[in-house]
Amino acid sequence: MSEPILELRGINKSFGPVHVLHDIDLTVNPGEVTALVGDNGAGKSTLVKCIAGIHPTDSGEVLFQGEPVHIKGPRDAAELGIEVVYQDLALADNLDIVQNMFLGRERTKGGLLDETDMEQAARKTLASLSVRTVKSVRTQVSSLSGGQRQTVAIAKAVLWNSKVVLLDEPTAALGVAQTRQVLDLVRRLAEQGLGVVLISHNMNDVFEVADKIACLYLGRMAAVVGSKEVTHGQVVELITAGRSGDLGIARPEAATI
Amino acid sequence: MSSEEASMTDTTEKHEQETPQPGAISDFGIDTTSQSTGEAVRDYWARVRGGELGALPALLGLIVLLIVFSSLSDTFFTLGNLANLLQQGASITIIAMGLVFVLLLGEIDLSAGTASGVTASVMALHLIHNGNLLGGMGDTVFYVFCGLLVLAIALSAWMKIWAGTALSAVALIIAAVGVPANAWLEMLLAVCVGAAIGCVTGFLVAKVGIPSFVVTLALFLVWGGVVLQLIGQGGTLGLRDDTIFNVANGNLNFVGSWVLFVVAVGGYAAVVLTRHFSRLRKGLVAQPTSLVLAKIGALAVLAAVITYALSLNRAASNLIVIEGVPYVVPVVLVLLVIGTFVLDRTSYGRHIYAVGGNKEAARRAGINVERIRMSVFVIASSAAAIGAIVYSSKVGSVDPNAGAGNTLLLSVGAAVIGGTSLFGGKGRLRDAVIGGAVLAIIQNGMGLLNQPAAVVFIVTGLVLLLAASVDALSRRRAANSAR
Repeated sequence: MSEPILELRGINKSFGPVHVLHDIDLTVNPGEVTALVGDNGAGKSTLVKCIAGIHPTDSGEVLFQGEPVHIKGPRDAAELGIEVVYQDLALADNLDIVQNMFLGRERTKGGLLDETDMEQAARKTLASLSVRTVKSVRTQVSSLSGGQRQTVAIAKAVLWNSKVVLLDEPTAALGVAQTRQVLDLVRRLAEQGLGVVLISHNMNDVFEVADKIACLYLGRMAAVVGSKEVTHGQVVELITAGRSGDLGIARPEAATI
Repeated sequence: MSSEEASMTDTTEKHEQETPQPGAISDFGIDTTSQSTGEAVRDYWARVRGGELGALPALLGLIVLLIVFSSLSDTFFTLGNLANLLQQGASITIIAMGLVFVLLLGEIDLSAGTASGVTASVMALHLIHNGNLLGGMGDTVFYVFCGLLVLAIALSAWMKIWAGTALSAVALIIAAVGVPANAWLEMLLAVCVGAAIGCVTGFLVAKVGIPSFVVTLALFLVWGGVVLQLIGQGGTLGLRDDTIFNVANGNLNFVGSWVLFVVAVGGYAAVVLTRHFSRLRKGLVAQPTSLVLAKIGALAVLAAVITYALSLNRAASNLIVIEGVPYVVPVVLVLLVIGTFVLDRTSYGRHIYAVGGNKEAARRAGINVERIRMSVFVIASSAAAIGAIVYSSKVGSVDPNAGAGNTLLLSVGAAVIGGTSLFGGKGRLRDAVIGGAVLAIIQNGMGLLNQPAAVVFIVTGLVLLLAASVDALSRRRAANSAR
């Protein structure tokens, strides 16, 4: 197995008196989809936001390609090649696909926006992901369907030659066909050698695309298991009770928020 | 969705049958790289029906108004009145252009009107007291004024809005040094004071986090009071200076008018054609060349007719000659071009739209949202100052009501009538110009028809209401037509 691209060691995070993350360890390997599962309030989204630099961590270490790094803001994460696709999409409705994909990192030539260059790059990226469902890259995001928006959000993450892509419930609000599109896209990202972290509530999705499943329980990492080594039922037990047979936290009853 | 999908497969097939252009990314297959005229027109029509009206309603309204007034009034469609119309509408239009930046973020600047009054009074004081603002304002007021400028410098430096810092610093230097009166210096001072005012407003909105409605409502009252204090109850500050007088009342000479025509149309054609052919060359989606040429041609003809009409003698008596394009036309054009350029071609402009469309998305994309929000108020107040110069010049004096009353409401109205959305994220600078023209025509035409002020107000208000309804309805339509 290759060297992990992103490694978290002993991450802690509190919001005031609420201790949301307890000593989280997690490794993300290139070319693999790591699913992050857990019940509501288990800390999945918080963990992703900590990695993305939106929340500062209280303690713990983040290693990127073996090097310790300090991520202080979204820009730091982006510079390392960590991209996040958020649950609530983070696309500006009034801009078109190209403008959204380059938002905050516009390509300029002599101080001016280089529209043609950006448009070509956006089309190349969409083509490389075999996205064929949008009519034009100059379509406004407001006129796209939920699946198309998710596709654009993911393509945006890929555009930056990113190395790690974190997806926060990318299929939560989608129909069957659209979920299919997005899951295919997730697999393709991993095939391109990226480290992919997928947060999902949907066990079918998780088992379909994930190589590895990390279960959070009340802010603790209950277990990290290969998706082929466990059953549906075991994962559900890990999510709801923090423990399943030999797997999970030794005494979940002692775990407190 | 289903019809959309059908049309998608349509275009895909059509595209695959075509031989891909060299340089085009042919394996993409979802974009038609060049449209025929028919496709382009259909595409535009589909967008209009989907709720993206843009400036279309305002343009239609403009045409209707022109027809109505020229049929009702004999004097409306005379050369003299047309030039008059441009000069009357200019100040509102300029303030509205500044407000577009604020409206794009979904914010509002109610203080732009009275802030413009402050800049006009400072300008007039500087002129009348020959640069001695200390003498003109009195000790206390002068020191408070300088204190506010220092505050503006500090706030803008903190937020790294260097343009605001620089302009505020220039205002402080002019105020402190007491350079003798000079029309250009006074105008510069007005714009700089405007920028300083914007720094304070913007800071309160962006960094302190008070809703812009409340901040600017409060400052609307404050600046109104400041104007009263600077001018004195019942007083008027006369602007006896040829340069300042000419800003709104002077005209370009014959040669100048046609040079302006050539520069404006030529420049527009050059920019549009360069972009068009570079897109074609790279195999990107482009409008058909014939349509682009037709647009340029139509604009050139319209501009030529207006330039020709304005370069004829339009004086009512035989004793004097009034001819040439009014100075306010190039002033508005230059501001329009610069502003449009900033909004469309720079990352700063792109970020304004992004923050207006989805603040959270912009923040996550690494855009400094606070800085963008503060900066638009600096732009709005600076533009308000330029508007103040124009309306003071038109009247020839500054009175305690400068910028109060309707100035602001008409400016916001101009922006909204033109198609700028009050919800943010949608609008262009040319909207302000078209909207300003609509309002100027209503005011001017109703005046010529000898309508009482009551009717003028009511009609203006109803037009604004109509424009706001169009915005709200088209937005709902756009939301429904998505997916």
